[in-house]
Amino acid sequence: MRQKIILRVISKFLIPYILLFGLYVQWHGDFGPGGGFQAGVIFAAGFILYAIIFGVATVREVLPAAATRFLLVIGVLLYSGVGVAGILLGGSYLDYNVLAETAKGGQHLGIVLVEFGVGMTVAASVITIFCTFAGRRPEEHTIEHEEG
Amino acid sequence: MAITAIAIARIHDLFAVVMLTGIFSLLGAAAYVVMDAVDVAFTEAAVGAGASTVLMLSTLALTTREERPAPAKNILGALVVVSLTGIVLIYGTLDMPMYGDPIAPIHHHVANHYLTESTSEVGLPNVVTAVLASYRSYDTLGETFVIFTAAAGVLAILGRARLPRRHHDEEDSETTGSNSSSEMSGGLSS
Repeated sequence: MRQKIILRVISKFLIPYILLFGLYVQWHGDFGPGGGFQAGVIFAAGFILYAIIFGVATVREVLPAAATRFLLVIGVLLYSGVGVAGILLGGSYLDYNVLAETAKGGQHLGIVLVEFGVGMTVAASVITIFCTFAGRRPEEHTIEHEEG
Repeated sequence: MAITAIAIARIHDLFAVVMLTGIFSLLGAAAYVVMDAVDVAFTEAAVGAGASTVLMLSTLALTTREERPAPAKNILGALVVVSLTGIVLIYGTLDMPMYGDPIAPIHHHVANHYLTESTSEVGLPNVVTAVLASYRSYDTLGETFVIFTAAAGVLAILGRARLPRRHHDEEDSETTGSNSSSEMSGGLSS
């Protein structure tokens, strides 16, 4: 689809706004609707649109496979790490009250960090799953079938 | 939604079926908005109508577009089983409280506590986020691990598809595996 000029121009125009909207949903999720899950999917949708128009290889130049794997793990570790930080600061696992001076501040900090972890993991998962699926060609699939 | 569901079951062109499932999810999201569940509607629109449609399309790009018509046999038995299950399910819903019933048990367990106390305990305007990320953070942690596991599973099964088969140096395969998926060329771009 690289040849379609309308698709190319429009998608280049849209992708920054999709990513921006994803970030908005991520950081505004505690005040309005949204949160890590939705933000992650929206953020990944921007990259998927890019992959559909310009090809998976181009996306992999922007965002290498190692980077998405890194984000995938870091998101889960951030979530779990917030829980462990609660233990280290004298609370129970995933107890946000002890994270900051006041209980409310701690709750807010914990929720923002946890949602960020969720967002990173979800975005990285969706991009990874899409790129692994779309990166395979049908003929490879059959070849691999015969071998396995 | 019912019309879409029937169409999904009847149509054999899988591309149309994928599009219809997207429409089905979007209608579901609209239904959630009507019920004032904006967060759920958001998730349904993003994941159900957006991401899963794209994933199914990329799967279709690898397989065929046409559903192979299955030979129909024993329709009567299937009909009996489906009707019986439907009757049992409808009988089960008879005991459920009416929609929006204020004395229903679900509105009395912890929901009141969340609604009245979360502003003073958590301090977030959006109660849904407070419940998801603070009161029920174990559940959300589990969900995050589910998504992580899904991506890890896809990577483990498909991620090394381009790796040339080498049986001798297995310890080397980890580094080549990460290279191979970055070299993957776009199947959809052509």
